[in-house]
Amino acid sequence: MSGGMVIIGAGECGGRAALTLRELGYDGPVTLIGDEPHLPYERPPLSKDAMVADAPAVKAIASEADLVEKTITHLRSVTVESVDSVAKRVKLAGGGELAYDKLLLATGAAPRKLPMPGLGKRCVYLRTFSDVLAIRQHLKPQSSIAVIGGGFIGLELAASARRLGVDVIVIEAQPRILMRGVPAEIAAVVHAAHEAHGAKILCGAGIAAINDDGRKVRLTLADGRMIDADLAVIGIGAVPRTDLAEAAGLRIDNGIAVDAMLRTSDPAIFAAGDCCSFPLAVYGGRRVRLEAWRSALEQGTLAAKNMLGHEEPVSAVPWFWSDQYELTMQIAGLADEGSGTVRRDLGENAFILLHLAGDGRLVAASGVGPDNAVARDIRLSEMLIAKGARPDPAALASPDVKLKKLLSG
Amino acid sequence: MSEWIEACGADDIDEEDVIRFDHAGHTFAIYRSPDDEYFATDGLCTHEQVHLSGGLVMDDIIECPKHNGRFNYKTGEAKGAPVCVNLKTYPVKIEGGKVLIQVG
Ligand SMILES: Cc1cc2nc3c(=O)[nH]c(=O)nc-3n(C[C@H](O)[C@H](O)[C@H](O)COP(=O)(O)OP(=O)(O)OC[C@H]3O[C@@H](n4cnc5c(N)ncnc54)[C@H](O)[C@@H]3O)c2cc1C
Ligand code: FES
Repeated sequence: MSGGMVIIGAGECGGRAALTLRELGYDGPVTLIGDEPHLPYERPPLSKDAMVADAPAVKAIASEADLVEKTITHLRSVTVESVDSVAKRVKLAGGGELAYDKLLLATGAAPRKLPMPGLGKRCVYLRTFSDVLAIRQHLKPQSSIAVIGGGFIGLELAASARRLGVDVIVIEAQPRILMRGVPAEIAAVVHAAHEAHGAKILCGAGIAAINDDGRKVRLTLADGRMIDADLAVIGIGAVPRTDLAEAAGLRIDNGIAVDAMLRTSDPAIFAAGDCCSFPLAVYGGRRVRLEAWRSALEQGTLAAKNMLGHEEPVSAVPWFWSDQYELTMQIAGLADEGSGTVRRDLGENAFILLHLAGDGRLVAASGVGPDNAVARDIRLSEMLIAKGARPDPAALASPDVKLKKLLSG
Repeated sequence: MSEWIEACGADDIDEEDVIRFDHAGHTFAIYRSPDDEYFATDGLCTHEQVHLSGGLVMDDIIECPKHNGRFNYKTGEAKGAPVCVNLKTYPVKIEGGKVLIQVG
């Protein structure tokens, strides 16, 4: 009997891939295996709405009824232990095996662990809905949290905690927050918003020791300062989950290495989403790994197509957003491809930095502003980036010149 | 019970663009297509209740500003993930340079 399509990882990417296989008319078996107990769900709300909602719930990508109707077999709370790429079988923890014709690795990423002694029950990470439920038990007015790491997830959590009236301190080792994520000009706006909402941020602060007695956690900073909190949430980045792929002998290069068709070094195995690195055509085939929701969605869809033989290459421009208080940041493209920036002011405290390469190509756009003030122009910038456009910097800087005009021009 | 209500002036919307219109506790999005026709839908995205008026109109598509969910604003049809629920549409007519939409 045919093993059909097996997908490991029931997150954004795996979930979308399963649905897409059916949308494209594939009628063999589709098995979606995930180690979480939930339906496939969207992760971005975890640090946002789910963290503040009265009754937190997963935002499912597909309902139970959808999965049944589409005859997608979803194995919950099941971990895949190994992949035998010769026999084309996957082995499940606790026994059991499944055969596959094509396999998709959509295993995502896991929080980077803080390599320090002294961590206990009051030191946690945020990646899953179960993590949200655990963290929320400690988010009460008058309670206090220390967020270790001033990256997107830690800062979003800090903003949500402030909304709940929790005392918040963010500890960042780098000289400023969002060092890897956005230019300094934008980080400064976000930093100010946190302070205006009563969150404290310490930058350039190393942690010398952690003492967690299970009821409170004490952080001792390199300069001797001590910080006590009811909970420490560690947000210092994520690492791709490549263990299965590695053990199966697949090529790894900052994630599971795939080609433009999302194929691994084994032609029957695909990888997509946060776990993979892939060549990005807009930047001359530069290999990147993204941790971004839209990319996981698009790659899940694309992987499904290519598992069915469509041969469609990844072409999207990376895109990311983050919500903190009333502010939204949106970033299209890779800013480190640029050598200079032009600022485009959009009123109401909203602006976009447009990153240009030495040859004049627009390579990225980073914006911040209230609500969706930067959304349209970021989207249009993304289209300019995709076209390889070399727009006139003066036009980009002038809010009176519509980017839509530059696109058609 | 349905009634026609005045939403805006026909010139208040650029070609291939959208504006927000609030009426009786409800929010609508009013569109002017590239071929100069007018359309109306519910104003909030069906994914996360975000105002579509901040989004980008391209041909007969409105793209949500929040996560780029896409709808055909002429029919209300959701064009794929992350949006899966269609938008409600409303009849529109132009009278005396005004855009009227039929609600209720
Ligand atoms: C709190 C938070 C907020 C975020 N906010 C934003 C945002 O605002 N904007 C944005 O663009 N992106 C955001 N992201 C990133 C976005 O959620 C991810 O890029 C996206 O979820 C990646 O999808 P994925 O399917 O590749 O991986 P994941 O969502 O990580 O899913 C992988 C799944 O595979 C499972 N798995 C792994 N190995 C195995 C195995 N061996 N057996 C069985 N199951 C396995 C994992 O448990 C997981 O359920 C956020 C992420 C987090 C955690
Ligand atoms: S709110 Fe519109 S796509 Fe998410």
